[in-house]
Amino acid sequence: MKKIFFNFLIIGLVAVALTSARAQEIDITHTGIFGQKPIPVALSGFTGEARQVLEFDLYVQGFSFVAPDAAQYLINGSDAGNVAGSVTDKFAKKMILSRSYNGASLRRQAHLFADEIVQAIQNKKGIGQTKIAFKSQPGGIGAGEIYVADFDGNAAQAVTTDRAIVAKPAWVPGRLALFYTSYARGNPDIFYHSLSNGQRKPVAGYSGLNTGASASPDGSKIALVLSKSGSANIWVGNADGSNLKRLTTGIEDSSPCWSPDGQWICFGMKTKDGERRRLAKVSAGGGEIRLINTAGVSNPTEPDWSPDGKWIAFTRQAGDFDICVVPADGSLPPTVLVSGQNPSWAPNSRTLVFNHAVGYRQVLSVLDVFTKQYKDCVRATGSNSQPAWAK
Amino acid sequence: MKMNQIIFPLVLALAATLATTGCKKGMTKVTPLPGSPQARVGGDGGAGTLQPGLPINPDTTGPGTGTGGGPLANRDEFDGMIKDPAALAAHTVLFAFDSAVVKKGEQSKISAVAAALASSASDKLLIEGNCDERGTEEYNRALGERRALALREALSKAGVSPDRIRTISYGKDKPVDPGHNEAAWAKNRRGDFILLHPKTGA
Repeated sequence: MKKIFFNFLIIGLVAVALTSARAQEIDITHTGIFGQKPIPVALSGFTGEARQVLEFDLYVQGFSFVAPDAAQYLINGSDAGNVAGSVTDKFAKKMILSRSYNGASLRRQAHLFADEIVQAIQNKKGIGQTKIAFKSQPGGIGAGEIYVADFDGNAAQAVTTDRAIVAKPAWVPGRLALFYTSYARGNPDIFYHSLSNGQRKPVAGYSGLNTGASASPDGSKIALVLSKSGSANIWVGNADGSNLKRLTTGIEDSSPCWSPDGQWICFGMKTKDGERRRLAKVSAGGGEIRLINTAGVSNPTEPDWSPDGKWIAFTRQAGDFDICVVPADGSLPPTVLVSGQNPSWAPNSRTLVFNHAVGYRQVLSVLDVFTKQYKDCVRATGSNSQPAWAK
Repeated sequence: MKMNQIIFPLVLALAATLATTGCKKGMTKVTPLPGSPQARVGGDGGAGTLQPGLPINPDTTGPGTGTGGGPLANRDEFDGMIKDPAALAAHTVLFAFDSAVVKKGEQSKISAVAAALASSASDKLLIEGNCDERGTEEYNRALGERRALALREALSKAGVSPDRIRTISYGKDKPVDPGHNEAAWAKNRRGDFILLHPKTGA
């Protein structure tokens, strides 16, 4: 036990040293936050699939790949049969990680190694083994299915076979379960779907619109959009759909999401004159509607609150769609990042999955917010949108 | 509590890795991965295969059905009615970009639909609200509903009982013209009227 404790101490000290070293490098002004230079690493010895996985995972968490003489870290290893590798800090002139793996697949081993690299260098939990859900439409419009895949789009699996219009999958935090909207019963209704046993339960199937379900951080409640009152508004209720309470009374509201402390629900709304779109938040218990600072950005919709509570990502529409982020406390105006829509935060609060147009098809993509680096997920067919990152 | 559930196995895993790895140079021990594809969710270690959804019974009732106490007609009252999309197809109402205002020029269509319903007391009406492809998906789903509800309101003013009207929004999922230009968008920003006849034998 003493040895383990000692190891933790060492890792902790290295991590603190690394974090403070980087804090000095980065200019923490507003533009600095989103114009960060990636951490330069040199990757050697890996080939094919393992190399692909390492490059994808590290790129979307703020690393860039350079020649060894320009690198801060050297990542060396092999994938002959199994993945094995090490990380050397060139400045400190020492090896900070050495690992080898067996079992599962080469791809999974590479994801795990990427996670351990992120932990060793950034002192953050990596996202290599997380999942996303999304909607896929073979014909680009109309009927589609809900899919679950690795966060990079690999191992995609349809979890519905209804051939109905579907929308807005949302994970129950920490559980293998989704909420989503399906027109399978001839009306947009919200369903709960356990991915462990395939059981589905209708959660909201009232007259009119039932959509946009979002689970509270502790999984006990949902926020949702219902029009049963005569207009599309934000409601909150228990996760099984009972005990509903109406939170807004505007002319048209959409896309509710929760703050990570479960106190607030952020959503898209329309001003009373029907002219402008805004982002707003309301206490999950009900109360006054407060506008989010989106000064200088037109037509904000689809907010998603980062798990660390600091940021709200959203879509703006100015002709085309762009992904934006704004500090949740409104202390700074929003920043426009890249072209796309439907942002959803990764558990690390720095990476987003979103969709963007390639021709008239939507393609999923993964974005590192702080460096603005992004890569498309693999999935060749159909139109894929409304991704939700499991947390 | 949830955080503990997530973090504890990670701490254990890290501890196990460290315990086997140790600090000795050149002694990289192996981390074994479980053979089955892991269905990890946000760091939770729940393993297993994802189960596709079991069939949804179209008649499932339970929490969250009917009107829910709102002013909209109970949708169960429309079950099994026969859709007649052709009857009122000429009266599709078009909307301006990002608007749910029923324009004055469209008012004659409202009158025609009201007259059709007045002439056949057993028929009901389904209003389908639709949007063009500009606008995000869930925003458009709400906008389509607002368009359908605006038409319901206009028909109510024209003397049709709202109890005979059901609304549905397709957002941008059901364009009538798949084109990507203003001519197509103008046709897709619409409310379609589907006449509903009583089910046979009723």
